[in-house]
Amino acid sequence: MLKDVTLGQFLPGDSPVHRLDPRAKILLLIAVIVFIFITGNYASLALVAVFVFAVILSTKISLKMYLKSMKMILFIVLFTGLINLFYGRGEPIFELGFIKITEAGINNAIFVSIRIALLILASSVLTFTTSPTDLTDAIERLLKPLTVFHIKVHEVAMMMTIALRFVPTLLEETDKIMSAQKARGADMDSGNLIKRVKALIPVLIPLFVSAFRRAIDLATAMECRCYRGGNGRTRMKTLHYGKIDLCASIICLLLLTGVILCNIFLPATVR
Amino acid sequence: MNIIETENLSFVYGLGTPFEKKANDKLNIKIEEGEFVGIIGHTGSGKSTLVQMLNGLIKPTSGTVRLNGEDIWASPQDIRKVRFKVGLVFQYPEYQLFEETVEKDIAFGPGNMGLSEAEIKDRVRSAARFAGLKDELLQKSPFDLSGGEKRRAAIAGVIAMDPDVLILDEPTAGLDPAGRDVLLAQIRQYHKERKNTVLLVSHSMEDIARTADRILVMNKGRAAMFDDTKAVFSRGEELEKMGLRVPQVTKIMSRLQNMGYNLPSGILTVEQAANELQALFDKNNF
Ligand SMILES: Nc1ncnc2c1ncn2[C@@H]1O[C@H](COP(=O)(O)OP(=O)(O)O)[C@@H](O)[C@H]1O
Ligand SMILES: [Mg+2]
Repeated sequence: MLKDVTLGQFLPGDSPVHRLDPRAKILLLIAVIVFIFITGNYASLALVAVFVFAVILSTKISLKMYLKSMKMILFIVLFTGLINLFYGRGEPIFELGFIKITEAGINNAIFVSIRIALLILASSVLTFTTSPTDLTDAIERLLKPLTVFHIKVHEVAMMMTIALRFVPTLLEETDKIMSAQKARGADMDSGNLIKRVKALIPVLIPLFVSAFRRAIDLATAMECRCYRGGNGRTRMKTLHYGKIDLCASIICLLLLTGVILCNIFLPATVR
Repeated sequence: MNIIETENLSFVYGLGTPFEKKANDKLNIKIEEGEFVGIIGHTGSGKSTLVQMLNGLIKPTSGTVRLNGEDIWASPQDIRKVRFKVGLVFQYPEYQLFEETVEKDIAFGPGNMGLSEAEIKDRVRSAARFAGLKDELLQKSPFDLSGGEKRRAAIAGVIAMDPDVLILDEPTAGLDPAGRDVLLAQIRQYHKERKNTVLLVSHSMEDIARTADRILVMNKGRAAMFDDTKAVFSRGEELEKMGLRVPQVTKIMSRLQNMGYNLPSGILTVEQAANELQALFDKNNF
C-alpha cells in the first residue's frame, strides 16, 4: 500500500531526541552531516557511525523503520559505491581489460557507501522524531534573517506546513479512490504502459477534484479566522532552547573534536 | 446454501510497524443467499474492514472468505471476478465519480466486465431506475449534480454490475433525514425486486431496524451478536454498552411494557408503535 512510505514520516515518542528543540535538531543534523564528510580515515568514520547508531538507539524507534527508509535508497548507495570502485589512483590490484581496481578505489567505494547510508540515517532521525509543524516552525525561525532580502519567510513556511500536512491525507484519499475504482472492476496492475496510464484516469480525476475542494475549504477556513500573513502574528507554542539542547550541542562538539583528532593523528585513507 | 462464509477472518493494519492495529479478529460469519443483513457497530469497530475483505479488496491477514463455497483467494489473479459478484459501495461513494456524464460513469463497472454496448446501456438504465436517478440527469456531468444525486449516481455505478451480493457501507452518512428515508426505501425495493443478497452497513440503529432480516453487531473487531433483528434489539442494554443507540421508540415501548402495559417487545419503528398503542387504546376504550 501507499502508506508504506516511511521517508519523512513522523513517529511520536518521548525520547530525549524527541524533546530536543527542532531548531537545535536541524542545526545539529547539518553539523553531523559536515562531520560525516570531513572524516578522513576509518577511525573517524567509525566514530561518527557509532555516534549515529547511539542516537538511533536513543530515539527508541524500532530499527525496522530505519531499515525501511534505507531500503528506498539502497540502489543509490550501491550504485555510487560501484562507480567509486573504478575511480582510484595508484597501483591496480585487479585488472580486467579497461577495468582497473585499486586499493584507493576500494576505500573510496566503502567510504562513499557508508557516508551516504549515515547521511540517510541521520536525516531519518530528524524526520522520525520531529512533527512536520515543528519542523517548518523551526525552518521559519532559522530563515528569519532572510526577511531582510524581502523573502516572505512566513508565507513559504506556511505553504510547506500545509503541503506536508496534506501528504498523508492525499495518500489516504488516493488509496480510497483506488479501492473504490477497483471495486468497480478497474484493472490497475496489468497490461502495457498505455493501458496502465489510462487506468490512472479514474483515480487522478477524483483526486484533483477533491484536492481543489480541500484547498478552497482550507482557504475559506483560514480567512474566517482572519489569517492575513505573518505580520504581527504571535505563537501559541514558542520554541525554547533549553538545557537538553545545550547537552546535545556539547556532545556534538566532543564528536567534532574526536573526528578532528583522528584526522590529524592517524593516516588519511581517502583524499 | 451460504453465499458468503468466513472462517477465523482477521485483519491487522500496519503489520510490523508501531501503528499495528487489529481491525478484525477471528470472524466466523455465514450469510444465506437472498438475505438482507444489517451490519452495525460503533465507529472503528471494523465494519468497513470486514466488507472490504468480503469482496477481495484487501487480503485477510489470516482466515478465509468463501463465496459460494469457494475460497476467493484460491487464485489471486481472478480476484476481479469476485469484485463483480460482490458489489461494494464505499462510504461517501460520490468522491469516486470521474466521467464526463453520469451515464458514462455508471457504465464504468459494466464496461470493465467486457459486456456488449447494448447490454451496458440496458444495465445503466435499470441501475439508474433502481437508484432513483431521473433520466434527464444521465447526460449531465456528475460534478453538476447535487450531493444526494451524486450519491445515487455512485450507487447506480455498482448496481449496474448486477452483483449477486450488494454491500453498502454507510450509504446514508451525511444525507438529510428525508434523503435518508428515500434511499433506504429504494434499497429495500431493490432487494425485493432483484431478490439479491444485500449487506447494509450502518452505525445508526434506526436505519437498520426497519430493513434487515438479521443483524451482525460488531464490537472492537469482533462479532458481538449475529441474530434476527428483533432478538438483537431486545438486548438493548448490551447494545448501549457498545456505544450503540437503540431507537428511542424501542426504549419508550419497552419502558411502557415494564410499567405493566400489555405490549409486544422488540418494537422498532414509530409506525409499529403507533399501531400497537392504538390497539391498546381501542381495547381500553380511551
Ligand atoms: N487504512 C488504515 N490504516 C490503519 N488503520 C486503519 C485503516 N483503516 C481503518 N483502520 C483502523 O481499523 C479499525 C477499524 O476500522 P474500520 O473498519 O474503518 O471501522 P468502521 O468502518 O467500523 O468505522 C479502526 O480502529 C481504524 O482506526
Ligand atoms: Mg467505516
